[in-house]
Amino acid sequence: LDALRQSDRAEFAKLVEKFSSKIYRLALKILNSEEDAEDVLQETFIKAMKALPKFEGRSSLATWLYRIAVNESLMIIRKKRPDMVSTDAEMETEDGQMEPMQIIDWCCMPESELMTSETQKFLSQAIQMLPSSLLTVFTLRDMQGASIKETADVLDLTETAVKTRLLRARLRLREKLSEYFKERVETRESK
Amino acid sequence: MNEHGHCDEMLLHFSDYIDEELGPELCKVLESHLQECKNCTVVFNTMKRTIELYKPLENELSNDVRQRLYKKLDLADFYK
Repeated sequence: LDALRQSDRAEFAKLVEKFSSKIYRLALKILNSEEDAEDVLQETFIKAMKALPKFEGRSSLATWLYRIAVNESLMIIRKKRPDMVSTDAEMETEDGQMEPMQIIDWCCMPESELMTSETQKFLSQAIQMLPSSLLTVFTLRDMQGASIKETADVLDLTETAVKTRLLRARLRLREKLSEYFKERVETRESK
Repeated sequence: MNEHGHCDEMLLHFSDYIDEELGPELCKVLESHLQECKNCTVVFNTMKRTIELYKPLENELSNDVRQRLYKKLDLADFYK
């Protein structure tokens, strides 16, 4: 860390090597655009390079880098899709509202029917429909494999808030997938 | 789903149960509810499956993107 703070290029190159794939994947999942993900990747390390001399080490380097990358991704969402940005206040108004429920049992459909390239495309599109506050939590926790605590640290949220948002994100995506698979389940059942 | 009084309340715990973040007492209550309630079982299983389907979506960083990153950061001499 001391070498990094003193602008040691070789140490910074090691940091880039270690985290670039993870940062790129995170941005690509949040933004679903290779071009935007590359912009986030470059901006994250440019900002990190500038800010490293002042980095106090209160969080881990990984958490710090992910935080920069998430903020950069959110800036792009704000610019390109302002309707997707949700604030905590908006989330609070949803409290107590039960999501509508599709009761369609598609969970045991064969993998070959579930994971077609069309489904892959739908999965990527479906997360883009989440408000940004749910999208970031779901991406970090369920797609990047971060723990609840790590997700909370990156997003500067309490663990309780992460759990609440995670439940909402999972319910919404489950709902979208249930609608998507409904026809296939009905076709299978009618055979 | 709402024909069972507990369904709405149980639903709030599905996510924590999947993450093994639920206390032992609530775990028992939820497990016993899932044994009785077919609709909740469908919602629970499809929620778990939703999470599983999203896990394999991996995208690798291409050499072109890596190379442009190193160049942008003035680290081209460290690009392997």
